[in-house]
Amino acid sequence: MTIPGAPGLPTRRFTGRSGSSADRLFRTSTGIAAVTMAGLILAIGLMLLVNSGEAFRQFGVGFVTGTTWDPVAGIYDALPYIVGTLLSSAIALAIAAPIGLLTAIFLAELAPRRVALPLTFLIELLAAIPSVVFGLWGVFVLSPFLGATLEPFLIRTLGWIPIFAGPSYGIGLFSAGIILAIMILPTIVAIAREVISSVPDSQREAMAALGATRWEIVRRAVLPFARSGIVGAIILGLGRALGETMAVTMVIGNGQNIPTRLFDQAQTIASKIATTFNEASIGLQTSSLIALGLMLLVITISLNVVARLLVRRVATEGGR
Amino acid sequence: MTLQIDAPPPPEAAPPEAVPPEAPESGASESGPALVTTYLRGPDVQLAPAARGERREVDAAVVVSGLNVYYGSFRAIRDIGLSIRRHAVTAIIGPSGCGKSTFLRTLNRMHELTPTARVEGSVLLDGIDIMAPDVDPVQLRRVVGMVFQRPNPFPTMSIHDNVAAGLRLTGRVAKAELDAVVERSLRRAALWDEVKDKLRANGTSLSGGQQQRLCIARALAVDPEVILMDEPASALDPVATLRIEQLMAELRASYTIVIVTHNMQQAARVSDETAFFTMGEDRAGYLVEQGPTSQIFTNPKHQLTEDYVSGRFG
Ligand SMILES: Nc1ncnc2c1ncn2[C@@H]1O[C@H](COP(=O)(O)OP(=O)(O)OP(=O)(O)O)[C@@H](O)[C@H]1O
Ligand SMILES: [Mg+2]
Repeated sequence: MTIPGAPGLPTRRFTGRSGSSADRLFRTSTGIAAVTMAGLILAIGLMLLVNSGEAFRQFGVGFVTGTTWDPVAGIYDALPYIVGTLLSSAIALAIAAPIGLLTAIFLAELAPRRVALPLTFLIELLAAIPSVVFGLWGVFVLSPFLGATLEPFLIRTLGWIPIFAGPSYGIGLFSAGIILAIMILPTIVAIAREVISSVPDSQREAMAALGATRWEIVRRAVLPFARSGIVGAIILGLGRALGETMAVTMVIGNGQNIPTRLFDQAQTIASKIATTFNEASIGLQTSSLIALGLMLLVITISLNVVARLLVRRVATEGGR
Repeated sequence: MTLQIDAPPPPEAAPPEAVPPEAPESGASESGPALVTTYLRGPDVQLAPAARGERREVDAAVVVSGLNVYYGSFRAIRDIGLSIRRHAVTAIIGPSGCGKSTFLRTLNRMHELTPTARVEGSVLLDGIDIMAPDVDPVQLRRVVGMVFQRPNPFPTMSIHDNVAAGLRLTGRVAKAELDAVVERSLRRAALWDEVKDKLRANGTSLSGGQQQRLCIARALAVDPEVILMDEPASALDPVATLRIEQLMAELRASYTIVIVTHNMQQAARVSDETAFFTMGEDRAGYLVEQGPTSQIFTNPKHQLTEDYVSGRFG
């Protein structure tokens, strides 16, 4: 290739490919892996879409708004499970978000390194405990405790508020929410801690130089700066709560109605699918279960997208 | 009142904590110059007989003596003794890494944000040792404000709220009063005319130079007596730098200003007093000499200073 207008310059070649066969192998194998992954995700989405078609054709919007799940009558509606999913996750969030945020602040801002490091490690270990183990703990430890102590106490003291009214069973929405809270805590703590640590020191110093106490520095400089990342951390935790199946199935009871009180038994989308799929008849019931799965996928994906956008915004703000 | 003595070093430097803050303080260095600068403060202090050299009496807002700062086991500055004149601009100059920022940050105990940092010695602010355990660093920083090298407005706050941030820390302030302080501070920081129509806009929407003046306004709003500036113009273009320098000349009338700068011309232009730091073989920074800026730049007492200000070193 000669450079136009520059006669006499040596001819240079930039075209063609350099690299050995190892390079080519590397490129090809990584490419194949990436394409396979993308293909798999698309295939799953497509499978859900195609196989849920029958349910949506049969029930239309009623699938989302109806409250009956009756194999005998052949009516399958999703609302109780959507509500169960959203409520159990909301309870989990109400517990885990403040505790997780406070823990993250402690780890990132206050604890000396020799305390923060082992504590962070322990909390991250919490994420490694298998879901079914949480479920066992929930069934044999948490639920008996809730049913015998905490729930009766709450009913006695707060029972005049409708959502705290009895009866209580120990298993139900509340126990599911607590189990979920424990399970999503590591996610929230890990990401929120990361986000808080990435707030530039110049922000802390700016606030400190105005005569701010430690707490005021956190509250007025660090948290506002990290706010969207913290929201992102919470939403990622929420995403995990929405999809969690095993532990929830074990402690949520098998309520078929829309839960209206904290201690009601309920079902989430995930637990409904898990408990019903085995005996579901081919056809409309199976298609309805798959439609349930599609609903869950849509909810979690949209939440994840929002969370990622928020976390990224902090990353770019922090890089300034 | 300050006395500067040019005297030969004593054989042994006294441990800083053993020296009463108002007694003649000596700082000797093994590798550095054989120059000892001693400062006394207060009208009734008996002036030590000067060995040789001239005496100079100035009104000192801050008197530092026997100041050592360590990061872990590393000593970053050694036996600093100097005084900072009230309602004047004192420039701290010296090669990179000699501890200028470290020194500056001890003056409002900002070093305490660095977990490994440790300070020995005394810093008297109007006669009170700010290093004393009963001094609250949070209160101190309202009196000794700071402006940083890179403009660091709070990105989630409006221009107005940035300036008001310090006042809001002190409790509930009436809106009218808040607005008045914000306007006054922005005017003093020579930024009011540029932002008066967009006080609700984000602080980070301003140019770099405007952001730095916003940070100065923010520091002024809490009404400090001393303002510390660590290379406040080094991230700015020449025009913005000039604005900041003009601003310093105006602020000098009401505030005691300490500025760290790498720019010799800037130090010569804006400061009344100059302190030259350098570092010894152990990489610990120390004060070589302090004096009126004109003297430091035209007739320094020490060869190291002369080499540095004339650009032969650092
Ligand atoms: N947080 C810290 N931890 C450990 N060492 C530090 C820390 N901050 C500064 N130092 C060390 O202390 C010495 C003085 O640093 P300082 O930042 O005060 O120098 P400076 O004169 O401001 O330099 P510059 O002109 O480059 O800004 C340097 O050797 C530096 O490596
Ligand atoms: Mg510095």
